[in-house]
Formats: sequence, C-alpha cells, structure tokens
Amino acid sequence: MGAHGPTTTGLMRWVTTTNHKDIGTLYLWFSFAMFIMGGAFAMIIRAELFQPGLQIVEPEFFNQMTTMHGLVMVFGAIMPSFVGLANWMIPMMIGAPDMALPRMNNLSFWILPPTFLLLASTLFMDGGAPNFGWTFYAPLSTTYAPDTVTYFIFGVHLMGISSIMGSINIIATVVNLRAPGMTYMKMPMFVWTWLITAFLLVAVMPVLAGAVTMMLMDIHFGTSFFSAAGGGDPVLFQHIFWFFGHPEVYIIILPAFGVVSQIIPTFARKPLFGYDSMVYATASIAFLSFIVWAHHMYTVGMPIAGELFFMYATMLIAVPTGVKVFNWITTMWEGAMTFETPMLFCIGFVFLFTVGGFTGVMLSLAPVDFQYHDSYFVVAHFHYVMVAGAVFSMSAAVYYWLPKWCGRMYNETMGKAHFWISFLGFNLTFFPQHFLGLAGMPRRIPDYALQFSDFNMMSSIGAFIYGASQLLFLFNVVRTVMAGKPTDEEKTWDGAEGLEWTVGTPAPYHTFSTPPALK
Amino acid sequence: MFLQAKRLFKLALSPVLLLLCSLSTVAWGEEAQRWQVNMKPGVTEVGATIFDLHMTVFWICVWIGVVVFGVMFYSVLVHRKSLGVKPADFHESTAVEIAWTIVPFIILIVMAFPATKALIEIYNFEDTELDVLVTGYQWKWKYEYIDADGENVIFFSNLRTGKTEIYNEDSKGEHYLLEVDEPLVLPVNVKTRLLLTANDVIHAWWVPALAVKKDAIPGFINEAWTKPLETGVYRGQCAELCGRDHGYMPIVVNVVEQAEFDSWLAEKKAQAAEINALMGQQFTLDEQMAKGKEVYNLWCGACHGMNGEGGVGPAIKGNGVATGEIAKHLAIGINGVAGTAMQAFGGQINDVEMAAVLTYQRNGFGNNMGDIIQPIDVFNFKKGE
Repeated sequence: MGAHGPTTTGLMRWVTTTNHKDIGTLYLWFSFAMFIMGGAFAMIIRAELFQPGLQIVEPEFFNQMTTMHGLVMVFGAIMPSFVGLANWMIPMMIGAPDMALPRMNNLSFWILPPTFLLLASTLFMDGGAPNFGWTFYAPLSTTYAPDTVTYFIFGVHLMGISSIMGSINIIATVVNLRAPGMTYMKMPMFVWTWLITAFLLVAVMPVLAGAVTMMLMDIHFGTSFFSAAGGGDPVLFQHIFWFFGHPEVYIIILPAFGVVSQIIPTFARKPLFGYDSMVYATASIAFLSFIVWAHHMYTVGMPIAGELFFMYATMLIAVPTGVKVFNWITTMWEGAMTFETPMLFCIGFVFLFTVGGFTGVMLSLAPVDFQYHDSYFVVAHFHYVMVAGAVFSMSAAVYYWLPKWCGRMYNETMGKAHFWISFLGFNLTFFPQHFLGLAGMPRRIPDYALQFSDFNMMSSIGAFIYGASQLLFLFNVVRTVMAGKPTDEEKTWDGAEGLEWTVGTPAPYHTFSTPPALK
Repeated sequence: MFLQAKRLFKLALSPVLLLLCSLSTVAWGEEAQRWQVNMKPGVTEVGATIFDLHMTVFWICVWIGVVVFGVMFYSVLVHRKSLGVKPADFHESTAVEIAWTIVPFIILIVMAFPATKALIEIYNFEDTELDVLVTGYQWKWKYEYIDADGENVIFFSNLRTGKTEIYNEDSKGEHYLLEVDEPLVLPVNVKTRLLLTANDVIHAWWVPALAVKKDAIPGFINEAWTKPLETGVYRGQCAELCGRDHGYMPIVVNVVEQAEFDSWLAEKKAQAAEINALMGQQFTLDEQMAKGKEVYNLWCGACHGMNGEGGVGPAIKGNGVATGEIAKHLAIGINGVAGTAMQAFGGQINDVEMAAVLTYQRNGFGNNMGDIIQPIDVFNFKKGE
C-alpha cells in the first residue's frame, strides 16, 4: 500500500486535495463548525424563551434565528457530517482506493463554505436574514420576504449542487469500486444506507431547486406560481417543498441507521441480526418516503380522500422502522456487551429515536394532528429524531472511528461524561416540549402565555446544558487529535468487523491501492 | 430571592407533579393550566373524540415502549461482558422477522379504524346553522357573520396586551397575549361553519378547546366547523408562522346562550346602521378632531407616535403627505404603502373613522391645514378607484 502522504502541504493541501480522507476530514470539521453556529442560534432562541415577555431579541430577529437554526443544522451540520463520514469510510469499507470521482469530490466540498458564508452574511444585511422558517412557505417567503431571500435562493441552489455531486460520487463509488467478492449483500450496513440515501438525494434535490427557482421567478420576474392573485396557489409550494422535505428527513436519518448498525454489533460482539431484513427495511422506508409528504399539510384543507391516503401511507412507515429497532435490540440480545462511549450513544439513539418514532405514529393520525400540528409537540417530535437520532449517531461515529482516523485514543471518561450530560440536557430540553404542545403552545413564537412559563424555563436550562456538553465533545476531539494516547492497533475494538479495521492505524493516506482479498 | 427559590423548588418537584397530573382524570377548566402535560377534550364532541384517540394511541405506544425497552434494558443489564457471558452468534430468523412485521401492521390497522371514523366526522359539514368568514391579516383576525339579507356584521379582533407588558415594564395580566379587544361570539350548541381565508400570508386559526385548526390561505377559502357544548371563553393563537408578530395574534371565542348571541348580533347590526347614517353627515372640524384623535391613538399612534413624532413609521408632524394633497393622503390611508409596514386601512376602519383620522392628521400636531375630510369624501374616493 502506498505509504506516501499528500503531495502538497500547508493550506494548498486542503484546497487542492482529491484524497477521500482529506475531503472527509474537511466535511467533518466544516459540519462541526456549522453545528456550533446553528447551536449558537438555538441558544439565542432558548435564551429569549427562558421567560415570557421580550428580553433579549425582537420578534423580527427571533424569526431569523429560528430560520437560520433550521437551515444551518439541516443543510450545514447534519447532511455534510454524514457526507464526511461517507467519504472517510465508504472506500475503506468496500476496499476501494478512493472515491470514484475525486475531483468532483473536492468541488462538492468547496462549494459549501462560501455558500454558508453567503447565508450567514445575510444576518448583517439591510432587512435582515431570511425570517420565514426553514420550510419557507410562500407567500411569506416571496411577496412578503426580506430582500435577502435572493441570497437564500442562490444558497439553496449551491447546496443542492453540492449534495447532488456528493451523492453521484457515492453511487459511482459503491457501484463500481467494490473489492472483488464484495457483493451487494455483503456490504456493510453503513454503505447500504448511504447508497439508498444517495438515490434519495439525486431524486429530490432537483425538486427543491425547482421550488426555489419558482420563488425566484415570482419575486423577480413577475410570475405567480405561488400567488393566488395571479392564478397560482400557495399550497402548491407546500406540496413541492414537502415532496423534497419528507425524503430529506430520511436522507438525514438513514446514514444514522447505518452507523448504529455498524457499532452495536461491535460492542455486543455478535453479528448484526437480520442483515437482509435491514436492507429491505431501509429500501422500504426510502420508497414510502416519496408517498407521505402531505402528512406535513393535514391542515391545509385537503379533501378527505387525500387525508386518508397520506394517513395510511404514513402509518405504514412504522412497520419497516419497527423492524430496524427490533433487529438492533435482538443484536444486543445474548451478546457480551461493553459500554464504551460509541455504544452508549447508540443505545441512547435506539431509546430516544424510538420515542420520536412513537410521537411520529401519533402525529400520523390526521384527526389528532389537527391538535398537534404546528405546536411544540411537533418541535419535540422532530428533535427526538433529528438530535437524538442523527446527532447522537454522528457522535457515536466520531468516537468509534476517531482512533482509526488519527491513531490516537480519545479520553473515555470525558466521552462518557459527554454522553450522559448530552442525554440529560437533551431530555430536559425536549421532553417538556411535548407537554407545551399538548397544552396549546404554537411553535415559532418569541413570547408565550404565562401558563407555559415553567416548562419553557426547564427546556431552556436543558438546552444550555446540552449546548455546553458539545463544547466538551469539541475539547475531547481536539485533545485526542493533538495529544491523545497513541495507538497502532489495527482493531481499536475487539469486536469490530470490516475492512476498515484491516488497514494500519492511523489509516495511511492511501489504502487499498490494490484490492483486498475477501474471506 | 425567595421567589426564585420557590420557582426552582417547583422545577425540582415537577417530575412528581407530572406523574400526578398524568394519572389524574379530573377535568380541568378549559384554559391551559400551569404544569399542564396533556391535551384536553375541550368542549366539543369532536374534541372529545380526538382526545380519546390521542389517549388510545398514547397508551398503545406506552405499552409497546414498555415491552421493547424492557427487553433492551434487560439485555443491557444481563448480557454484559463484565458478567462473564459469552456472546451467542445467532443472526437471522425469517420467522421472527415476519412476526415483527405483521404484529405492528395489525396494531396500525387497529389504530386506523377510529382515526378514519373521526376524520369522516370532522369532514361532515351537514346541518351547519351559522357561517362566519374568518380572515387572517398580519397580525389580527377579521370576523364576518354572513347574513342571509346581506347585513353582514364585520369586525376586527386585535391583541389587547400592551407593549409595556410585553417589554416587562408592567406586570403581566392573567391572560397575557391571549386577550383581544373584540372576541368572536358564537352561540352554544350550534354547529357553526368557519370559512377561512387570509389577506396576505398563510395563517392558521387554532382554538384547542374547540378542536379546530385550519390554515387560512390567501386566495382560497377553507372550511371547518365547531359545535361548542358549553358556554365560556376559549382562547387560541395563530398556528402558522406569518411574519414578525406571529406570536401576537391571539384568538378569543366567547360562547354564549342563543338569546344572548341574538341580542349581541342585533346590537352589532344597529351599530353598523348608525355608521351608515353618519356617512351622509357633514362634521365640523372640532367634531372630526375629537373623533380623529381617538382613532389615531388606537390605530396609528403605535407606529407614528402618540404625538405624531414618528417611530416605526415617519412623523406625522410636518409630514409631506399630511400637509399635501388630500387625494394622496386618502390613497395612503386607504391603500397603505406596498413593501412597508404601512398597511391598507381602507378595509380595517370604516369611512367615518377614516375621514376623522385623516382630518386629525392634517390639523393636529401643528399641521393646521384647515381642511376637513368628510365620510362621503372617503366613500367617493374608494368608489372612484
């Protein structure tokens, strides 16, 4: 295997790199920076909601914060973090020397920093940043939007281009560069979930691009796609947006499923239970994600036939998702478990994601959704699946593979502290939000009636705890990279299986220049 | 200090309270309570149906959770390496996979039946007796009682909570942010149909106790219905992000006995007739100034300053429009200024009020133009457009 390192050094190494590991690292650090930025926005939101009344920000700025928090977390933090993980791990998992399209890989990363710089710069422009929510419903986001909406549209286009290029690369890599003998049904689950995710991305990012292009036309070129006054329809926007938006949530969660399916078997020292059914379940979830979008729109006034169709289809998603949860638990069953930090995060994931799944089933029922819709119950639900789902699994992945990436071991005590503080802070933040929603508190409001004060205060305290615990995470990772205990064991974890554990530690700059022989 | 401590003590106690609350089945009042952890059935049959469905699904989820998490945590406690167990190596079973595909499917079907039934009931618009057109504005609601004889009763419902309460300069009242100047009034035991639309962006009309949440979409009319079974005051809020003051457009519904409703409606009609009568009158400058001041303080002062000194909006004192052509002044008052916070007030205040307030702006604050705008001028201007 090639022992030589990067050909250029310094800053230019990172700008010009086509190495999947370098690009993976860039994605991971970028997404963490965005996670901190989006988190800072969340802290401002929770600080304002600490007490009723307006204390810190004006409603106008509050709306910019909720919008930017959502956009940055979804498009800047969670999605790029999993793309980074895919870059690092997929070639090493399938025995490929690199991604199939290395130059495009470089471009798809380097589009992102300027895009988010552009988006963040709108905070300092006249009229302020986008303030219409991350779902940007027309006509609030068209006729009534601040001028910066045009920057936002351009930004969404760029993110879309980056995502599409990233997913094409992943598809090309998985389809073409598997080591001889690595058949599809032998691929690690993480590779499977990403392959399916990549197809979802290629299918729906153009739809999002279409939606924002129609907005652009409405705003600047006199069309009326989303304006009833000119013969258009504001509800059309929601249909298009959620046709993208629902697959999008699975784009976020499927790679997380993959990570958990890698880590639980390692620490249970037992193979993943029901591999085939996991693959089929993932594919079913992906298919169903295309026919459930209007469950986000139960209150727009659809005819009853539409409501019933989307209600039944949505309920169905519980079946393959349940299969996955049962498989994970059965993988643990009669294993010989140890509870290092990655495993703790995975068990936290299974527990809390399932709670989010339960509220998902409740929300799927259209008549009850008439009370839940756009309340804090929904906010609690999607943070259980996004944070305790995607972010917990991403934390697990970082602890799990960090020793392989940098040849140094992280501090286990600090890792466990990160988990327990996150777990506590997360639940303190989001569990009371179920109660707020059921008691009638709408989402996206900067101020609230007095009876909601107590749970909001709890929620804010929890958010500050959760936020602080991420700084501990950052500290632990930086400390590991700079001064962690060196390790050169090929297998960091005794129960780990897979090709990535057959290369040296730290992983050499080039791996699998010649394909590995599979057992 | 003591208060803070008391508050923290309550926070610490909350898990106990949560448990007590969730176990108690005592019906509470219809307003949201402190420490409320659950939905309430409200005062309609539909609301009770929704509540039952919510509780059924909740308990199904709880029991599934108890079983699934029970297995998981048992495994976590018992199947650990530190206890010296050796890992098993089973990793597939088609029979088990089929079982746990079919069982959840059956549970879902069990849930789907009552949900479908409830949905059909919610979509049953037969036998509605009263129609109210609800229009969402940034950031207030307009209610219009549709009358067979064309004598519609129309009014706006604005947030009544003052800025001083919002900015913590005054203590907050009991119904902070959930109080309006003029509530929607509905008769008890009557199936009322709400027709919902919006003037600008999408809003959503939500009153939990009446079990109605429906989007109000500009250019389209949605429908919803409610049949409150108990008199009382029910509060809600806009549920769809609609811009800056989305958090400040509450809904208050006053459900009263039929007789009370009838006399209230008759009174509203009489008021409207009175305004109609005033339309043809000529007012003196003093009359217009007195009336105009009232209207100004209610509608204009928040943005243009109580003394015309300006604020969010430009100063009225010495303002080019207020001291310029009457036609332009009328146009801005009636149609607003696109792209700014200046709304079109032509549909929000009546012509008598518009005439008075414009006269007040032209002659108050030292503007002293000396001209009087009469209601008929406003009427003619609107007609001529």
